[in-house]
Order: sequence, then structure tokens, then C-alpha cells
Amino acid sequence: MKTSGKHYLADKDIQVILGTLLRVGVIASMTVVFVGAVIYLVVYHSDIVDYHKFDPLKTKYSSISAIFQGVSELDSKAIIQLGTLLLIFTPVTRVVFSIFSFLIERDYLYVLIGLFVLCIILISLSNKLVG
Amino acid sequence: MSVLLFTIIVLAGAFLAGLVGSLTGLGGGVVIIPLLTLVLGVDIHYAIGASIISVIATSSGSAAAYVKEGITNIRIGMFLEIATTVSAVLGAVITVYINPDYIAVLFGGILLFSAAMMVRKKVDHSDDNSSGVLANFFKLNGSYPTANGTVNYGVHNVAGGFFMMFVAGFISCLLGIGSGALKVLAMDNIMRLPFKVSTTTSNFMMGVTAAASAIVYLHRGQIDPGIAMPVTLGVLTGATVGSKLLVKMNTDKLKVVFAVVVTFLALQMIYNGLAGKL
Repeated sequence: MKTSGKHYLADKDIQVILGTLLRVGVIASMTVVFVGAVIYLVVYHSDIVDYHKFDPLKTKYSSISAIFQGVSELDSKAIIQLGTLLLIFTPVTRVVFSIFSFLIERDYLYVLIGLFVLCIILISLSNKLVG
Repeated sequence: MSVLLFTIIVLAGAFLAGLVGSLTGLGGGVVIIPLLTLVLGVDIHYAIGASIISVIATSSGSAAAYVKEGITNIRIGMFLEIATTVSAVLGAVITVYINPDYIAVLFGGILLFSAAMMVRKKVDHSDDNSSGVLANFFKLNGSYPTANGTVNYGVHNVAGGFFMMFVAGFISCLLGIGSGALKVLAMDNIMRLPFKVSTTTSNFMMGVTAAASAIVYLHRGQIDPGIAMPVTLGVLTGATVGSKLLVKMNTDKLKVVFAVVVTFLALQMIYNGLAGKL
């Protein structure tokens, strides 16, 4: 009984860390999006929007390298995309963290499951899937 | 329409969508996608890209609170993520080859189904029979804290639930919504989890599922900063306010009113899709 109590405690710690990780990720990414939004509205407020037809070539910042390039030039749209990118990677970081926590618990089946999920996400990172 | 006006309208609409979405448990996407496409004439591919980002924000935000309470079953979440991430990437890859009109019709259909599930009386099928072979192999059976002490529960029909989550993940990412109604079907009715566990666990998984397809959408240029920004900020703020109000409010009447609104939106989406107006 004693060992299972200890196990529960470890699970509890992991849950608290996971919760904090998710919260920090959301707050940080939304802050970046907000900063980008303020600059975006100052610069582009009187432009005319046109989203009637989807055009893959119109969005300049559609890859991680393009986003970082734009951020280094302080372009507001790139800053918003950086915030979006941080948000996308918040749950991904959560998966990486879960893998480590299962490793500490020596639950190798779930280490494998976590690695598999991570692989799927890494595959989606390659540009080849876009079509 | 100028950028400023567009941003203000979308921000306000997304706030309302997030607020009502979190009060009724239906999520923000079901309102924001019809608003963008039907009212503002935005191409549905942009609307889906923006909405999927707001799904990550709201699900990660609320999962943060739930995980700490210890109700979320992280093993069930991780296990079912195998199904949902694979289908999410498939959905995101396929969506561009599908005629936007068909997507609109499918969206309408899922909305009707979600509205019906929302007003339907839910029945808890959970029990503590933990003899399932797969459930034991994957260590899915669990327990959660309640006011009357810890409650144990067993997980049933793991294979059936896994398959249903595959379908739910696919539709969710094809349409850019959380599609909680389908996940409830998988986890409450097929795997027979207690409500609290299924709601929080499906929320926990939604972030990773949406992230997998969001990366594909980003690469394709479907995530436009001018739309994604007001949608995400608006929905997240609305959902945060909603979760604070939820504790003090009885939402039964609101659910009926919202079901009527959603039904109307669904019929509009289906009509516009069939008429080829999107």
C-alpha cells in the first residue's frame, strides 16, 4: 500500500507541472499575439481586407524559417504568427514532458506511445504533406 | 472592409462565440466559422485555419485547470492521441482536395448532431468493472476524486472507442472544430467513462490533436495572421469569462436557445453549400 501511495504522489506532482506548463504556454503565446496585433493595427488599419478566395501564395509567413525571418525585421504579421507557433508548440511540449515523466515511472509502454505521437507531429512538420 | 473594422467585428464575434461555447460546452468554432464564412464572406479554408488555432488555445487553457484537479486520465489521453493525431494529420492533408461546398455541408451536419447531443439528457454508463483485456494491458482503468471520496472506474470496449476517436479526430481537423459531441460519443457511450473524466480527458487531448493538423494548415498558408489573431484572442477571452460564469449559472435554458441558433446556422451552412454559394 505504501508504494502505491508514493506512486500517486508522483502522479500528482506531474499533473501540477503539466497544468503549469500549459498555462504558461497559453499566456506567453497570447502575449506575443497581442503585441503583434497592436503593431499590426497601427500599421495596416486602413488597408482593405480580401479573404474571399483562398490563395496559398498570399500568406507570406507559412513556414517556421519565414516567420523567424519576418520577426527579425519586426514585421507585425510575423510576430502574430510567432505567437501562433508558440501556441501550437504548447501541447507538443506537453507530450515531450509526458514522455519524460513516464520514463521516470519506468512505464516503457507509455514512453513508446508518447514517442509515437511525437513522431506523427514531427512528420506533420515536414513540408511535404501540404500538397 | 478595412482591416480595423474587420478585426473589431471578428474580435467581438469570437468573444461571444467563446463565451457561449464554453457555457454550453459546444466550443467556439461552431459559431465563429459560420460567422466568418456566411456573414463576412471569408473563404472556409481561412476560417478553418483560424478556428483550429482557437481550439488549441481554449483546450490548453482549460486543460491546465483540469489536470491539476487530478480528474484527467493522462493514460487514456495519451493512448487515444495515437488515433487522433494520425487522423488529424490525414484530415488536414485531405481537406484541400475536397470541394469547399462539401465541407460546408458536412460542417452543417456535424452542427445539427452537436446541437441534438447538447440538449439530450446524458446518461452515465460508468461502473467499476475493470476486467477488460485491452484496458488492463494499457493500464487505462483509473479513479478520480469526488466530494464523497475516490471513485474507481473501469474502461470498456477500448477498440471501439479507439476507432470512434479516429473518426472524431479526422472530422475535428477537417472542419477546424473541437467536435466534442463525437468525442463524448466515443468516451461516454462506447468506453463508458464517467462524465467528468471523459470531458476533461477529451479536452486534454484536443490540444495535441489540433496542433498536429495546425502545423499542416500553417505550411499551406491557411493560417492568416489577420484572421487567426482576432479569432484566437476573442475566443480565448470569451471562454475564460464563460468558465468563470459557469460556476454561478444554470445553463439549461441557454442550451435550448443555443441549440436553436446552432440549428439555424447549420441549415444556412448546408443550404449555402448545396447552392454552391461559399
